[in-house]
Amino acid sequence: MLKITDLHAGIEEKKILKGINLEIKAGEVHAIMGPNGSGKSTLASVLAGRESFEVTGGSVAFQGKDLLEMSPEDRAREGMFLAFQYPVEIPGVSTTNFIKTAVNETRKYRGQEPLDAVAFLKLMKERMKLVQIDQSLLSRSLNEGFSGGEKKRNEIFQMAMLEPKLAILDETDSGLDIDALRIVANGVNQLRSKDNAFLVVTHYQRLLEYIVPDFVHVLYNGRIVKSGTKELALELEEKGYDFIKNELLVTEQA
Amino acid sequence: MYEENDDILGEVTSSEYKYGFVTDIESDDAPKGLNEDIIRFISAKKKEPGWLLEWRLKAYRHWLTMEEPTWPNVQYPAINYQDVIYYSAPKQKIAPNSLDEIDPELRRTFEKLGISLQEQKRLTGVAVDAVIDSVSIATTFKEELAELGIIFCSMSEAVQEHPELVRKYIGSVVPPTDNYFSALNSAVFTDGSFCFIPAGVRCPMELSTYFRINAANTGQFERTLIVAEAGAYVSYLEGCTAPMRDENQLHAAVVEIVAMEKAEVKYSTVQNWYPGDKDGHGGIYNFVTKRGICQGDYSKISWTQVETGSAITWKYPSVILKGDYSNGEFYSVAVTNNMQQADTGTKMIHLGKHTRSRIVSKGISAGKSNNSYRGLVQVGRNATNARNFSQCDSLLLGDKCGAHTFPYIEVKNNTAVVEHEATTSKIGEDQIFYCNQRGMDTETAVALIINGFAKEVMNQLPMEFAVEAQKLLAISLEGSVG
Ligand SMILES: Nc1ncnc2c1ncn2[C@@H]1O[C@H](COP(=O)(O)OP(=O)(O)O)[C@@H](O)[C@H]1O
Ligand SMILES: [Mg+2]
Repeated sequence: MLKITDLHAGIEEKKILKGINLEIKAGEVHAIMGPNGSGKSTLASVLAGRESFEVTGGSVAFQGKDLLEMSPEDRAREGMFLAFQYPVEIPGVSTTNFIKTAVNETRKYRGQEPLDAVAFLKLMKERMKLVQIDQSLLSRSLNEGFSGGEKKRNEIFQMAMLEPKLAILDETDSGLDIDALRIVANGVNQLRSKDNAFLVVTHYQRLLEYIVPDFVHVLYNGRIVKSGTKELALELEEKGYDFIKNELLVTEQA
Repeated sequence: MYEENDDILGEVTSSEYKYGFVTDIESDDAPKGLNEDIIRFISAKKKEPGWLLEWRLKAYRHWLTMEEPTWPNVQYPAINYQDVIYYSAPKQKIAPNSLDEIDPELRRTFEKLGISLQEQKRLTGVAVDAVIDSVSIATTFKEELAELGIIFCSMSEAVQEHPELVRKYIGSVVPPTDNYFSALNSAVFTDGSFCFIPAGVRCPMELSTYFRINAANTGQFERTLIVAEAGAYVSYLEGCTAPMRDENQLHAAVVEIVAMEKAEVKYSTVQNWYPGDKDGHGGIYNFVTKRGICQGDYSKISWTQVETGSAITWKYPSVILKGDYSNGEFYSVAVTNNMQQADTGTKMIHLGKHTRSRIVSKGISAGKSNNSYRGLVQVGRNATNARNFSQCDSLLLGDKCGAHTFPYIEVKNNTAVVEHEATTSKIGEDQIFYCNQRGMDTETAVALIINGFAKEVMNQLPMEFAVEAQKLLAISLEGSVG
């Protein structure tokens, strides 16, 4: 599904990603953990096509296509979804209208007819249940005045509406209380299938108790320095990121 | 109304000013230039009564003593008023007695503009008066309206058929001496619409006038008069387009509204005159005076405007709140792109007690354009408990355009409450990226964001026109981002 090979990227003169290698297959859930500033959001942004970041080396294949050649909207239409760490507000545009435009633009790209009002409403009702989001919230301007938790839930709702092949969740857990966290995780779990994949970026292993990953990677200083299974997350939680740093120092000195 | 985004977005990719074509039809023109003979010529063409010719001449003589205003925040080379044709009428083979007899070429012109003059093809619930250059071509649904006592016809026809009403109200809200362009209009006005809603009648359909400039070197000077008697209600809409031409063309209209006790008039404009090209060549100078008077107690006048066209726009639809408890509203979206300039806003003049006004202005500037809001809220000595709320928001696309706000507040009664809020924002790269990430291209994203920004105003438009207006916003800003 996704194959990242020796990816380098940065902003202006600053190098942020320094050779990322990662392969994600359909049906898998990968978690990326790492301390603040290690480059997790940058990786998510580069994959989604944010132009302010410059890719200086490496390649990314997404479902066999050259991802880095595609515009951000085409990446989305090809099935890549990013749940933003900081979702933006768009005054005057209801979430309903926003997501309808998104769904129909994507359908247009795939040569499908736009969903009519009835079909759209039906789909929406169904997906609303998945993340227990309220109709009244969806009628309000997108993310305007939403609490942190509401914004994150709205991201997952949009994901459910767009049915992506690969969903990248960037710290969707931060700022959520335990109930909201359960709801979000439950939504993700219901959407999991053998045909799609998830890349879950998180700072804490708490989320991974609910969304159980197949693989865990530790991103540190722009590189994936350690990969393992969900036990790695527990180890990190127990020992803190310092243990990785120390381990690195040891290997570098050796 | 927000369900129609796909269509809008499809349209966004179609480039250029859509209405820039010219109809090839012979016209009956006055010679270029302005003098008393020209005014006599126009008046004679329209077979006007003597009092109206005198009224025109008086306005003209006053205009000669006036100076063109320089206070608006717009720049343009001096206009040579002797280089303009003040009367141009398309020559029709026969004078049409019914809608079926209209010259097919003219019918096609309006059809290309999306205006059908065949009643059965019209949007239900909308009556149209179609004006091309200096004359009205056709008015639909006249008979149906007449049964309710509603008069909806061209101004020229009103002068013939209802001279007493015209004489009573013309110039009663905007006197010929009001300003330079109203004086000019009073001297040379050619056509426009006349609406009269008798007491207690609620007009069952939207009334609308479609203005089209076709002939070259011609100015359009229409004059519209709407009178709503006690308890009457009407919603009126005007739309305007013009061919693409390299030279600037002058449009100096006057609109007057009179609302008697408990009457309500809603006036909506979708202004899409040719804006000129990317480098600022050509386009319409849109210098317009619009004013309504809430004459009776509990009356209400509401202006809604979507201004996307014209090289220069200079207009301030205003309300004189004379009746106690009367209510004035101004909702505006003004879009400027490329080299366009707009100086627009409103005046709310509170004279009666317990009068209320509400101003919502949304300015959107892109390219190298300049967009100014200019508004006056005046509360007179006797206007106890007057209330005003003004919200003026500006949205910038790019960093070469300008947005300015000039609010003037004059309060002579200390019971008044006047509130003014203003914001300026930019469409953020992160907003566009967010939309991109959901599968929208940048044009679609911009259209969505600006329609959201303008929503409060767009919601005021009659349903039939809201979708058109949304598309227009998107098209006007095409190519301004990315
Ligand atoms: N827009 C930016 N401009 C400059 N530096 C940035 C920008 N975005 C991220 N960085 C820097 O890149 C590094 C990685 O940031 P980020 O990817 O947000 O980390 P994480 O998500 O892992 O906390 C940090 O040092 C951060 O300061
Ligand atoms: Mg981050």
